[in-house]
Amino acid sequence: MASNYTDRQFQGTYLFDGQMAKKGYGLNKMCYSFNDQVARDEFNADPEAYCEKFKLTEAQKEAIRNRDVIGLLREGGSIYYLAKFTGLLKLNMQDIGGLQTGMSTDEFKAMLEKNGRGEV
Amino acid sequence: MAKIIGAVTTSHIPAIANAMANGLEETPYWKPFFDGYPPVRDWLNEKKPDVIILFYNDHGLEFFIDKKPTFAMGVADEYYNSDEGWGIPTIPPVTGESDLSWHIANSIVDEGFDMTICQEMKVDHGLTVPLNLMWPGHKYGHVKVIPVCINCEQYPMPQPKRTFELGRAIGRAVESYEKDINVVVFGTGGMSHQLDGERAGFINRAFDIDCLDKLVTDPEALTKYSNIDLVEQGGAQAVELNMLIAMRGTLLGKVTELHRNYHAPISNTGSGLMLLEHEMPK
Repeated sequence: MASNYTDRQFQGTYLFDGQMAKKGYGLNKMCYSFNDQVARDEFNADPEAYCEKFKLTEAQKEAIRNRDVIGLLREGGSIYYLAKFTGLLKLNMQDIGGLQTGMSTDEFKAMLEKNGRGEV
Repeated sequence: MAKIIGAVTTSHIPAIANAMANGLEETPYWKPFFDGYPPVRDWLNEKKPDVIILFYNDHGLEFFIDKKPTFAMGVADEYYNSDEGWGIPTIPPVTGESDLSWHIANSIVDEGFDMTICQEMKVDHGLTVPLNLMWPGHKYGHVKVIPVCINCEQYPMPQPKRTFELGRAIGRAVESYEKDINVVVFGTGGMSHQLDGERAGFINRAFDIDCLDKLVTDPEALTKYSNIDLVEQGGAQAVELNMLIAMRGTLLGKVTELHRNYHAPISNTGSGLMLLEHEMPK
């Protein structure tokens, strides 16, 4: 068991430390592979087989199946690699923001505008 | 002798590349962001720096977490971008500056910065977006670029006080280089943003503006933050402020702010464009 980097926690925030990097290694390795079109095609042709190739855990496979970004973060996904998975699904950062916060993409964009104006 | 004549802070998010590829610069969403850039472009075209030292973070193109360097720098004559997973069209190569790169590497490793030194290094949007912002149409081939990559992804990552000192060491290395060349330093990324978790969408405008102020007048104050403090104040990816702090470290002399444009949001981030002039005491 790897040690936590810090005891400080922030609500709705998953710090990617050694413990997460170990837990999510196969998942992140799969997502890193999506830099190549050949890998994206192989995943799209048979997602289950592709997840198996990288030895994803059942919980990780389930989160991939359900496009459950929060689930993927909990199972050790790093947002930089998960972005390659969500990119493959043709989702942009605002779509992902909406998925994680339970908002529609438009609602999430409106929140960004509000935060950007400093209305918080 | 070589001189650092100025520095730039800029965002580097992929959405900028998409906006430029699709000609969206004048649309209401993007105009307040892009309108900040002409004065910086004009200054660069007037000063014609020979070399850009560019601090960025790799987002999973060259480096995976199988081996994740804390600090890495390129010493090559040329760098290539590649597909980052979204099928972005491959863009022209970036020109490097091998001789000065090795001079910096020799100097800073001897000072105690254990840099990973790369003769081949794929450079991602963190590096290419800022270059394309300054020289649109990917017309950056004439400028020699030295990439310096800081781990902003996986904890433990270097603390602000360390990245500031790294900048100082690079500044000393440049100012001791014997060739008469002009160097500009780019600190890219940030500012406040959080991409992941239920807290996604977090932006702290007041914090960003305070950071820009401190980058000009009181950079040492920023080195008092830990990375976890940055997460608290600016969101999970605000640790990218380390690239701006490293940039500021390289400026050992007198710093004058010439231009600034803060705008939020672009995509999920606060964007801080700033142009600083730098002069060493005579």
